Amino acid sequence: MTDTLASHADQGLHRGEPLIEMEEVGKSYGAIRALRGINLRVNAGEVTCVLGDNGAGKSTLIKIMSGLHPHNEGTLRVDGKPETFSSPREALGHGIATVYQDLAVVSLMEVWRNFFLGSELTAGKFPLAGLKVRQMREIADTELRKMGIVVKDINQPIGTLSGGQRQCVAIARAVYFGARVLILDEPTAALGVKQSGVVLKYVAAARAAGLGVVFITHNPHHAYMVGDHFVILKLGETTLDKTRKEVSLDELTTQMAGGDELAELSHELGRK
Amino acid sequence: MTSTIEAPAPAAGRVKLGLSNRLLARPEIGALVAAVIIFIFFLSLAPSFRSAESFFTVLYQSSVIGIVACGVGLLMIGGEFDLSAGVIVYTAGLFNSMFCWYFGVNLWIGAFLSLAFCLLIGFLNGYLVMRTGIPSFLITLGTFFVLQGANLGVTKLVTKTVSSLDVSNIDGYDSLGKVFSSSFKVGSVTVWTSVIWWILFVALATWALQRTRVGNWIFAVGGNPDSARAVGVPVLRTKIGLFMTVSFLGWFVGMHQLYRFNTLQAGGGVGNEFLYIIAAVVGGTLLTGGFGNSIGVAIGAFIFGMTSLGIIYAGWDPNWFKAFLGVMLLLAVLVNLYVKRMSTMRKVG
Repeated sequence: MTDTLASHADQGLHRGEPLIEMEEVGKSYGAIRALRGINLRVNAGEVTCVLGDNGAGKSTLIKIMSGLHPHNEGTLRVDGKPETFSSPREALGHGIATVYQDLAVVSLMEVWRNFFLGSELTAGKFPLAGLKVRQMREIADTELRKMGIVVKDINQPIGTLSGGQRQCVAIARAVYFGARVLILDEPTAALGVKQSGVVLKYVAAARAAGLGVVFITHNPHHAYMVGDHFVILKLGETTLDKTRKEVSLDELTTQMAGGDELAELSHELGRK
Repeated sequence: MTSTIEAPAPAAGRVKLGLSNRLLARPEIGALVAAVIIFIFFLSLAPSFRSAESFFTVLYQSSVIGIVACGVGLLMIGGEFDLSAGVIVYTAGLFNSMFCWYFGVNLWIGAFLSLAFCLLIGFLNGYLVMRTGIPSFLITLGTFFVLQGANLGVTKLVTKTVSSLDVSNIDGYDSLGKVFSSSFKVGSVTVWTSVIWWILFVALATWALQRTRVGNWIFAVGGNPDSARAVGVPVLRTKIGLFMTVSFLGWFVGMHQLYRFNTLQAGGGVGNEFLYIIAAVVGGTLLTGGFGNSIGVAIGAFIFGMTSLGIIYAGWDPNWFKAFLGVMLLLAVLVNLYVKRMSTMRKVG
């Protein structure tokens, strides 16, 4: 699996080199400030975990990086150059691919069509150039099997797969198309233990191949298994920003669960 | 695992779906069955239905609806409606005839200006829908009324009547007539070229949907526009292109009507937008988008042609036609619902 990934990964990636740098980035929707003062680096060959409760600003952060909503404060640098993405296509052009938890696939379309959606193989540049259907089916089938996803029929609508399988297809797709930065939005949230394991292995493999991975999750245990760098968001601000060496799983779990507030609450409730 | 090109492991646990399952998952299957039943029905009831001549009359009748329905079908697969598709046919013809009559210029110039005007309307429909986020049902309902009123108003201003004037003496009439509205005889059968154009458009649309990148995008923007956008599909351009395709085909049929009849009634085309939608839905297009194909829509248009003439051949009161169409629509929606459920249900395990 690692070899598959490494063979698709950009050979120009050097471990530790910053791919995305955010400096005091913020975002407001009208009067609501969803995010402020975010400083974040996504380095090649590292997994950056973003943790936070519902409404902490995780989705906004992803949307800025993936080009769905441009930021309106601070600077976002990709490969050292300041950028403001106006569409996901632009972000994809810089090698930033996002796998969303809920909007990853078009359920009525066949598995192979979903796999190649937006990056179809055609026989020419012309908009009506023929698709290389047979080749796309074969590639999709082989790639998915390498990831351990056995699809009964590559021509079946993707809506007939389980949630875990759909997530895996979406991840395989992003990696196959040479993502340099892989943003995973709660990839394990809807999965069972075994399928979560597959996804986490893939995250580790992506890191080994030199990709920068942004791993968004609720689950500190999953995060600690693969993460190199941890950021906890709360109400749109960073409350913890530490490397793996500086933080323990216990601290991460406590912070995630509310940290000091939780201690205060337990004091107030007064039970031993 | 060093080599990634080694032969893939045998596909364990893979099943090949049975023929019946794969057939059922095709959008046009319901319409095909209905078309065969209706065809046999009229063959047995109406003696004058049983000739090659009347078969080609049915095809002609179907083509006039089918050409625009082909575009409407694509648009609906892309998840949008166009209620202005019926009147734009007459807008196109009226624009062409009155412009050339008023300014005394060659009809070809008017035809091209009319095309540009129709494409602009299509673009505006698409742009407004995408930029405002208002459902296309409302935006095109607005366009529908604007065009309907403008057709009558402008015609009244220019000609003082409610129909356009005879254009058969203006330059370019004959050559345009050859392109848009000619017919030839095969034995005793009259074949209108619009039938051939219809088949061409359907073939092109079918190929584009199944075998091109644009086709993939049309399914995606109809099935789940957010996912499509997230993986880099240009949703805005795709949808605007679909609206413009519909107005192009509307223009095409408008040209056919104008050069077949010389004059046009300014109030024409109202209600046809629903015939196009019915043809698309009967042909298996999902009302919510993301599913369907052009052959199904063509069969839907053929069912329309067959019944509208079959009722006359059978000597019944033609007023029943609309009632029949309504029943067909309801049946089609039920079949579609069932098919969608079948094809998205998880197969064996």
